[in-house]
Amino acid sequence: MKVFLAFLKKEFRHVLRDRRSLAVLIGMPIVMLLMYGFALSTEVKNSRIAIVDLSKDEVTRTLIQRLDASRYFTVTEYLDNPEGADLLFRQGKARAVVVFQEGFQKSLLHTNTASVQIIADASDTNTGNTVAFYISSIIRAYQDELLTHQKLPYRIQMEAQLAYNPQLKSAFNFVPGVMVLILILLCSMLTAVAIVREKETGTMELILVSPVRPWMMIVAKAIPFLLVGLINVAMILLISYTVLGLPMRGNLLLLVAECGLFVLLALSLGLLISTRTDSQQTALFISLVGLMLPSLVFSGFMFPLENMPLPLQYISKIVPTRYFFNILKSVMIKGLGFSQVWKDTLVMAGMTVFLLGMAVRSFKMRL
Amino acid sequence: MLKALLNKEFRQIFRNPSIIRLMLAAPIMQLILIPLAADFEVKNIQLAVLDWDHSTYSQKIISRLGASGYFQLVETPKDAATAQEALDNNRVDMILEIPQRFERDLVREDEAKVYFKADAVDVMKAGLAINYSGQIIQQVNQEIREDFVQLPRFNPVPMLNISTQYWYNPGFNYRHYMAPGILALLLIMVGSMMCALNIVREKEIGTMEQMNVTPVKSYQFLLAKLIPFWLLGLVSLTIGLIVCFLAFGLVAAGSYVTIYLFAMVYLIAALGIGQLLATFSDTQQQATLFSFFFMMMFVLLSGLYTPIESMPLWAKSIAWANPVSHFVDVMRSVMLKGSTLYDLKYRMFWLIGFAILFNVLAMLNYRKRVG
Repeated sequence: MKVFLAFLKKEFRHVLRDRRSLAVLIGMPIVMLLMYGFALSTEVKNSRIAIVDLSKDEVTRTLIQRLDASRYFTVTEYLDNPEGADLLFRQGKARAVVVFQEGFQKSLLHTNTASVQIIADASDTNTGNTVAFYISSIIRAYQDELLTHQKLPYRIQMEAQLAYNPQLKSAFNFVPGVMVLILILLCSMLTAVAIVREKETGTMELILVSPVRPWMMIVAKAIPFLLVGLINVAMILLISYTVLGLPMRGNLLLLVAECGLFVLLALSLGLLISTRTDSQQTALFISLVGLMLPSLVFSGFMFPLENMPLPLQYISKIVPTRYFFNILKSVMIKGLGFSQVWKDTLVMAGMTVFLLGMAVRSFKMRL
Repeated sequence: MLKALLNKEFRQIFRNPSIIRLMLAAPIMQLILIPLAADFEVKNIQLAVLDWDHSTYSQKIISRLGASGYFQLVETPKDAATAQEALDNNRVDMILEIPQRFERDLVREDEAKVYFKADAVDVMKAGLAINYSGQIIQQVNQEIREDFVQLPRFNPVPMLNISTQYWYNPGFNYRHYMAPGILALLLIMVGSMMCALNIVREKEIGTMEQMNVTPVKSYQFLLAKLIPFWLLGLVSLTIGLIVCFLAFGLVAAGSYVTIYLFAMVYLIAALGIGQLLATFSDTQQQATLFSFFFMMMFVLLSGLYTPIESMPLWAKSIAWANPVSHFVDVMRSVMLKGSTLYDLKYRMFWLIGFAILFNVLAMLNYRKRVG
């Protein structure tokens, strides 16, 4: 035990002495949360659009003014003909071009119809689609005003309820995502790199001839990162509760226990990587490619799982972050109890046992 | 002198085959995986239906939702509690409830209600799901109305014909949009991260000290580190472009010469960032963390996943000072829209500026350490 404590002290010194790394470790989740909270959104606003007004009458002027006044668009250019659209799009100066036909008002007055053409830059498919949708909504709204306000018969009313997140805060999705990412980074990648570092700098040899047992070394390596990980979890929860207005509906104890299980799982992964590599660069790359990338892609945090091609959906079933992300959302936001997440928990526990077993086996062989 | 150093660097890189393999495998994996996975189009909304009415019209609504392509009718729970449980457990994304006497109310009272309840944890998905269902309900409503009232064929009221054209990607192939952006991400990873780690490794295992006592000048040392990674970056880009073609059938609408010209400058900037990061860190662990942190910032604020124009002003200014955002835009413009060097000349000026700035900073910082 004395040996273990001494070794643990060494590891803590290693981590605490490296102020710069520590600053990044503690600062990264905060910065990420704030970025997701305040800078990133998929919402379309202030999109630049250009107008080709071949009519220049009262109606088109009103429509152009409405487009410009909406928070979605800013009219930045006026073109003489639609051919100029290509150059604008290529230089990235507009998202869409709206073309009003010649004699717009006249046509509307005499034949009760007039044509508007929307040309959208769909290279960014989602934004292009949304921009075109909003432009036509604004034009439709104007058309509805022209209609006399008569009540139509046989109305189906629709009432929609937004469960769990009535204020539509995107934080409900990204806070669990950031937590998953930070824990995987800390507990797998850094643990793997820290162990391999001893191999690379040659101090592993020294440890092997000392009375320190292999399990002591591993546990001692893991504990400081585990603590930093838990501090991060606490900080993330605090910030999301106070700054981002995220509710804490579930049982806090259950949440912490699940986080603990995931940390253990991540540590076993890191351990497994460290036993199979000799240089920090390789360990890092394996962690990045084999861990970070699948964690990001297959957790359901950034990309919707149900849209993926079937083979990828099957792969996602063996990625641990997927289960953890699910648990976090269920417990934190939906306020569900253990009886609803036991399946995911069981999968994670099974994975931990399997990975730990593999790691211990390869570790022994090396010794 | 430089030649000898370059010789050493190349040997070091090629002697570690696992690094080379990973460096080539990583881009290909990312390039194939992310565009395949990044399908944000909202379809397959899992729907549970509680139909208390069992009438012709309620059936009509349900079948129209199912046929729209956006919804999948996965459950017909027997009561509200079971439906709620399905929503809790992520088995369904939305519940549709059609109350008793729906059809009767519609015909007799002129008005009837349907209720939707959507899982709004994923805001974008819930919003779109409700939007789509609203559109479909409206269509059904119109058809039902036409059963009762004969609407005149002619236009009695003003109608605006809106036609929409979608340019450059009319099939809405999201993969074609994602892949060029991912390439920009790959280049900065190869450029900055690998280069930073490589330099810091020399510090950590002590060979930097030896280097410092040789007559090697600082610019020679940095140049010798820069050139191999610059070439590797271009090789990665080439592989990436080939993968784009083979996996997604994506061929540049513009000229590949433009792409390579931009990539050459961008890589120099990326390597400058890597060298700068290296001067700030003493161990590979630090370098890893720093590059990870900056990569994250660069990527999140690059417009790769979310459009820059919807960011607040402070984030927009950071995005302008971010080489990744310029190159992401260049790749997309050239690959999809066929933009020319002239169209993108301001981007080029920015990138040249970054390349000079970061490398000069790295050089200055490095010299201090030697002295």
